[in-house]
Amino acid sequence: MLADKDRIFTNLYGFQDWHLAGAQARGDWDDTKALIARGQEAIIDELKESGLRGRGGAGFPTGLKWSFMPKESPKDAQGNSRPSFLVINADESEPGSCKDREILRHDPHKLIEGALVAGFAMRARAAYIYIRGEYIREAENLFAAVAEAYDAGLLGKNAAGSGFDFDVFVHRGAGAYICGEETAMIESLEGKKGQPRLKPPFPAGAGLYGCPTTVNNVESIAVVPTILRRGAVWFSSFGREGNKGTKLFQISGHVEKPCVVEEAMSIPFRELIETHCGGIRGGWDNLLAVIPGGSSVPLVPAAEIMDCPMDFDGLKALGSGLGTAAVIVMDKSTDIVRAISRLSYFYKHESCGQCTPCREGTGWMWRMMERLRVGDATVAEIDMLYGVTKQVEGHTICALGDAAAWPIQGLIKHFRPELERRIAEREAGDVREAAE
Amino acid sequence: MANRAPSPDSPELRARWGSFAWTEANADLARQIVARYPEGRQRSAVMPLLFLAQEQVGAETNTQGWLPIPVIEFVARELEMPAIRVLEVASFYMMYNLAPVGRFHVQVCGTTPCMLRGSDDILDACYARGMKKGHTTPDGLWTLTEVECMGNCATAPMVQINDANYEDLTPERLDIVLDALARGEMPKEGTQEPGRHTSEPLGGPTTLTAMVEANYDYRGEWQ
Repeated sequence: MLADKDRIFTNLYGFQDWHLAGAQARGDWDDTKALIARGQEAIIDELKESGLRGRGGAGFPTGLKWSFMPKESPKDAQGNSRPSFLVINADESEPGSCKDREILRHDPHKLIEGALVAGFAMRARAAYIYIRGEYIREAENLFAAVAEAYDAGLLGKNAAGSGFDFDVFVHRGAGAYICGEETAMIESLEGKKGQPRLKPPFPAGAGLYGCPTTVNNVESIAVVPTILRRGAVWFSSFGREGNKGTKLFQISGHVEKPCVVEEAMSIPFRELIETHCGGIRGGWDNLLAVIPGGSSVPLVPAAEIMDCPMDFDGLKALGSGLGTAAVIVMDKSTDIVRAISRLSYFYKHESCGQCTPCREGTGWMWRMMERLRVGDATVAEIDMLYGVTKQVEGHTICALGDAAAWPIQGLIKHFRPELERRIAEREAGDVREAAE
Repeated sequence: MANRAPSPDSPELRARWGSFAWTEANADLARQIVARYPEGRQRSAVMPLLFLAQEQVGAETNTQGWLPIPVIEFVARELEMPAIRVLEVASFYMMYNLAPVGRFHVQVCGTTPCMLRGSDDILDACYARGMKKGHTTPDGLWTLTEVECMGNCATAPMVQINDANYEDLTPERLDIVLDALARGEMPKEGTQEPGRHTSEPLGGPTTLTAMVEANYDYRGEWQ
């Protein structure tokens, strides 16, 4: 088990004060000026060495992402230089994910300090923190924490005495999962419907207001000051090669004690559940399947996941993914078809309507899933559904189409006999009724 | 995709809301909000201003608030935007109510993580009190909506009522919360599980136990 001294989010559960004074007593904002004095290149190099991969789901190396930002500010047609922006993705809406919420309400100063350091490293003028609208109390804490940082001279002109001017603004979303997609988030920040943009151009070239922009997840930014203070060697001492660091895991569903917990990357699934969640409800024999990374990743059957290291590569090898490390556990009492069908409804509800395969496909897939739930289908329709998921996947501007397709593909791959059983049962019932 | 249409425009709606304008306090807030965005980019303020307008309507009607078309047009004038662009935003994002709601907007999360922990029972408990999805009870107290994942998965099932979350619910615990709200009280927010603080494992955290009692500084143990 990760030692408490190696945990980054020490106020994860909010037992202590989240305000500036409490955060400073835990080590936040401790000589931030010195971190900034290391210079942009040194900060980015340290992050690259640390092996930090983005915590929002895709796992792109954070230091590398920052290095795509321009070193000289680009000029517009009139010759005016354009600023760069950091956008922090706090639109946590992936079913199963509830980690950024704990950072936002219990450790907001880690995020704000991280925003300053990250903003400096990528030569940004300001950061916008886009927090999902439903996080009402969390946004209240975040607004208050930003105000505290301004009052203490940690943000604004000569932020934290570093000689660097930097602003942090909070922007509330209003209930749209799709705004967690980086270009949809930028559209939303510009005051429009959150519909993703075609890439290229990538945000690092033309993002918010047409200016160079990097979008990072809350957790990716909030861990930065600690990595710089303790060094890349410390951070990379946890986890397997290519999967370094510590990570907030969120375990929900059929465990004895669901919780959010920071652990070392690559912790085996069984150890994670036994150590922190009191085991599977009804024992390990009662485990049916696990969605290991939030609703967008395919489920993994019990036998395959029990000893799997919980990291990007370990779960990829099982045909799934770490995603946001939102671990949804399902025991044998679960109606597995309904569990996945409910996710299909979620994607139908959250499709932004821009691309036809997703707008029409998510509704079609959900209706088909609802029929499969009660066995009101033919076996050939399972293959047809699989075919449709393949036509949606990869044929849309953003990854929501993929995210809607993958859970269904996972279900068909691992639970086809269950789908066929329901169809056969229903048919038998129909025959009996006709005979009576 | 969620299909949402605004409440139809009508002479009554115009009569009630046609002269909508910020209260003095909200006019101040609106100025502060617009100042968060670069010059010439005031359109970025459309989402926070719609929230502010919905809250003001809520304060005037003693409900969670909603956005009648004349109010949407008011926000458009404030930001020098075409009204249709504001309506587009108001109808795209689920948190903007396009029809009147009751005193309390009971939003039950029904997505899979909550479903696995018993959100069906929570919805049933709402039905048993006469609530119906998409409707307001005749006494004007409750509007029921099933919402998508609210990000409280480790303390599921949950309900968000106006600004507050109530987590780790059972039908009995929900009834206690709703009864308290109906009496005009402010029930404790967050987890309703006795002995649980937030999202730590029930029975006490397995990690960071020193933090329970005091604001422990772990830096002394760093190598």
